[in-house]
Amino acid sequence: MISEPKITPELIAEHGLKPDEYERILTLIGREPSFTELGIFSAMWNEHCSYKSSRLHLKGLPTKALWVIQGPGENAGVIDIGDGEAAVFKMESHNHPSYIEPYQGAGTGVGGILRDVFTMGARPIAALNALRFGDPAHPRTRHLVAGVVAGIGGYGNSFGVPTVGGQVGFHTRYDGNCLVNAMAVGLADADKIFYAAATGVGLPVVYLGSKTGRDGIHGATMASAEFGEGAEEKRPTVQVGDPFAEKLLLEACLEIMGAGCVVAIQDMGAAGLTCSAVEMGAKGDLGIELDLDAVPCREEGMSAYEMMLSESQERMLMVIAPGKEEQAEAIFRKWGLDFAIVGHTTDDLRFVVKHKGEVKADLPIKELGDQAPLYDRPWVETPKQQRIDPASLEITGTLPGALERLMGSPNFASKRWIWEQYDHLILNNTVQRPGGDAAVIRVADGPKALALTCDVTPRYCEADPFEGGKQAVAEAWRNITAVGGKPLALTDNLNFGNPEKPEIMGQLVCCLRGIGEAARTLDFPVVSGNVSLYNETHGRGILPTPTIGGVGLLPDVEKMATLAFKANGETILAVGETSGWLGQSAFLAEVFDREDGAPPPVDLELEKRNGDFVRALIEDGLVTAVHDVSDGGLLVAVAEMAMAAGIGATLVSPPAEMSPFAYWFGEDQARYVLTVNGGSKGAVIKRAEAAGIALSKLGTTGGDKIALPGERAIVLEALRERNEAWLPIYMGAGMM
Amino acid sequence: MKAAVILFPGSNREGDVAHAIRQITGVEPAVVWHADTELPAGTDLVVLPGGFSYGDYLRCGAIAARAAIMDAVRAHAARGGLVLGVCNGFQILCESGLLPGVLVRNARLRFICREALLKVERNDTPFTSRYARGAVVRFPVAHGEGNYAADADTLKRLEGEGRVVFRYVMPDGRRDDTQVLNGAANSIAGIVSEKLNVLGLMPHPENQVDPLLGSTDGRALFESMVDALERV
Amino acid sequence: MKARVLVTLKSAVLDPQGKAIEGALRSLGVPGIASVRQGKVFDVELDGTDKDKAEATLKDACEKLLANTVIETYRIEFVG
Repeated sequence: MISEPKITPELIAEHGLKPDEYERILTLIGREPSFTELGIFSAMWNEHCSYKSSRLHLKGLPTKALWVIQGPGENAGVIDIGDGEAAVFKMESHNHPSYIEPYQGAGTGVGGILRDVFTMGARPIAALNALRFGDPAHPRTRHLVAGVVAGIGGYGNSFGVPTVGGQVGFHTRYDGNCLVNAMAVGLADADKIFYAAATGVGLPVVYLGSKTGRDGIHGATMASAEFGEGAEEKRPTVQVGDPFAEKLLLEACLEIMGAGCVVAIQDMGAAGLTCSAVEMGAKGDLGIELDLDAVPCREEGMSAYEMMLSESQERMLMVIAPGKEEQAEAIFRKWGLDFAIVGHTTDDLRFVVKHKGEVKADLPIKELGDQAPLYDRPWVETPKQQRIDPASLEITGTLPGALERLMGSPNFASKRWIWEQYDHLILNNTVQRPGGDAAVIRVADGPKALALTCDVTPRYCEADPFEGGKQAVAEAWRNITAVGGKPLALTDNLNFGNPEKPEIMGQLVCCLRGIGEAARTLDFPVVSGNVSLYNETHGRGILPTPTIGGVGLLPDVEKMATLAFKANGETILAVGETSGWLGQSAFLAEVFDREDGAPPPVDLELEKRNGDFVRALIEDGLVTAVHDVSDGGLLVAVAEMAMAAGIGATLVSPPAEMSPFAYWFGEDQARYVLTVNGGSKGAVIKRAEAAGIALSKLGTTGGDKIALPGERAIVLEALRERNEAWLPIYMGAGMM
Repeated sequence: MKAAVILFPGSNREGDVAHAIRQITGVEPAVVWHADTELPAGTDLVVLPGGFSYGDYLRCGAIAARAAIMDAVRAHAARGGLVLGVCNGFQILCESGLLPGVLVRNARLRFICREALLKVERNDTPFTSRYARGAVVRFPVAHGEGNYAADADTLKRLEGEGRVVFRYVMPDGRRDDTQVLNGAANSIAGIVSEKLNVLGLMPHPENQVDPLLGSTDGRALFESMVDALERV
Repeated sequence: MKARVLVTLKSAVLDPQGKAIEGALRSLGVPGIASVRQGKVFDVELDGTDKDKAEATLKDACEKLLANTVIETYRIEFVG
């Protein structure tokens, strides 16, 4: 018999368990745990699986609406999109693995989220991702961008899902911790959703997919550890993805589900066999007994501990309906995948693991999840910053100069170099491609479509977590609205630093309050999500980054709006109030290297009113182009609309009392830019007056330049070239 | 038109091409599993769809080219039946010897998904009769290994026999071998067999049949095949 | 019996991956690299002990699948 390590305080600490958490284990089981049991506890009780720091505060999020079929707590959220169809979606981070090995880390992140979606019985129809990298000048940034982008493409392209949108940002606070947040959306029949909860005693528990190796052992623990020196040495715990195997697993799972073989299903993600088996049992009020001798292994001599903690990818656990084993096995064999009965359900609520005739673990299954530590960690509110009075700023330079500077900066530069490496057209349904406000994916042969987006402005969240949290939700809601969609639900991916620091915990708590308030007011519930904490290196945390993934519905895709100007001589209008809010603006950050002041407040009632107004205009075909106004303000919005079309604009003077810089670059919320033609202009103005919506004229479309009163004209083609140039040049500099 | 789409493990654009065929002909194509040894009776078009058959792990298309069904595909081609290979399908046709040459990694080593401009070099094939000769059409590409390579003799023969059907061109319609998006020799995007009944091309006509999705430049390729089969 | 099959691009065929690796080595300051070409290695275990037979088997495997002889060549080595 192989002797197992003795349980020592050092071993306990290596498993990421605090002394009081270990005491909790002793009380719970009334004896010293075995080595395998210690591993199981460490996997179940780490931050990634147990949400022990965030659980308390996640409870405040609204999760219900008439159209919500499944809220948080399953592999993914499920919403009803009519006609008996459901959208299934979730976003999840793979930050730490991507920093260590960007290609595999990002790829397996995509694989994991796709699996979450098809585990529920949905066929993935779109993928998005929100990426945050460090300062472009940081020596590791280029390597991370290249690897992460290639990894996302390598996995998604091969699997066969269109990668249609997302967000990419650079900031020095991500130097030591990049963020890779992957979102997947799938389509299922609303009455054929599959869940993790097992039902029925004595049913076979089946292992499916790829074989188990020593990949990622302690991956889940790593995902919850702060980085320090030696992160590079953690490389062996990074899993290697196999998109080919995942594609086969998808087809086999959907086939096996369609054949009525599946009672319960759970993918083996973080902490693999442990998490999946415990969740199946605990959610179904059943015990699970596993016999590890039957687990298909890729390497020889794997111990119970290794098998229970392996994070080999592309694996699933299922409970098979009585009498369906042979049919299920035949389907899996046809797809060339492993199929093995590795255990059965029991009625004693124990989680029993046997290996080579020995009991390696015997634990109470419900308590493994339910009794995980729950922390009400101390937190402090981020001190409020002063509102910046534009009159107090000494602004030198010109409007055209500032616009050119912004459009050529890393955060505003075109991300074409990235999304051209993603197959964004496969499946023949990508109606709105990357580069718009939201991606639009036709559902089957139409006329319905889904609008999809990922948003957050970390600068705002750092300055005022509550307003920043609200803004992230409002912007996702606005982006969906701007294409004509009705926002239905969101998934959140909460990326923060070390929650044991009260100021970081305060960011998490207040961002969540802001997200909750916005989601409630906008009727935009949270149906799934993921928390990634300890994104810190050498004690310096990332900017608080609660990424919001939004899903909306367009009843008729033919009515969709896009942001490109459509014709010369159309009137450009702004919806919403412009006060010239420069605090935390991109203008200050990119042009003056200043990140200060209070961020723009978000009036959620106003968001709703303005958004509903714009959506109705789109629905009634009264507008020719629509763009939401976000960072960069009105002038950036207009420039993006012009560049997308190759049609210029002649713009008006701002109100006399306002600084032109504040007017054109201020980041007041709840705003949209639209264009109307002569035929509908009167109707739009009348509607706005009747509804009490602020509407102002920005100018007229036409020509090949953007002309501002009293300023040199900005040649569109030159602006476009500047906007397209930065990323390829930056990445090219690292090529050989 | 009775079409059969061959499904290999890892194919992923079979639905896209089936969608295009259904939309244009009104008939659902048969899906044929790679391990089968026969095509459905009366098949007159075989499609090898895009994707990453067998993960493209050995070489793109290499393992699929040796699948059981490929003997039936070869026999169908030898009888003069139409065979269309798109993207991974083109790679499989080259690996199986039904078309000459090979597709290697893109010159810049990155996957590329973008709309490409293609010149229709001839319209007297079963695949291009509905296009004007010399027309420039827009099909998207989505590949990491679409860089067509062949030895000098093969290239010379292909050009001599006029077997290059689609060629990448610049926005002004000119061919520029130094600027071609994936590095393909002679800007080759698609070629036909000697008897003109087997076409392999990297770009995706099946993704361009619906005005909502950008353009309908791909429709004529499917309509041409319908015409050709009706003439028989 | 164990054998190793090396598959490389024919010398006349452009090898963009090899070029990229070559450039990377140079930019990393590894001295004295004249050129790099990359390829694939297959470690194969064979039944039996007849070397000639094994070589014929492997040749067949290379011609049929492991190498694309349009652009690649192969070499067979016996290990141990």
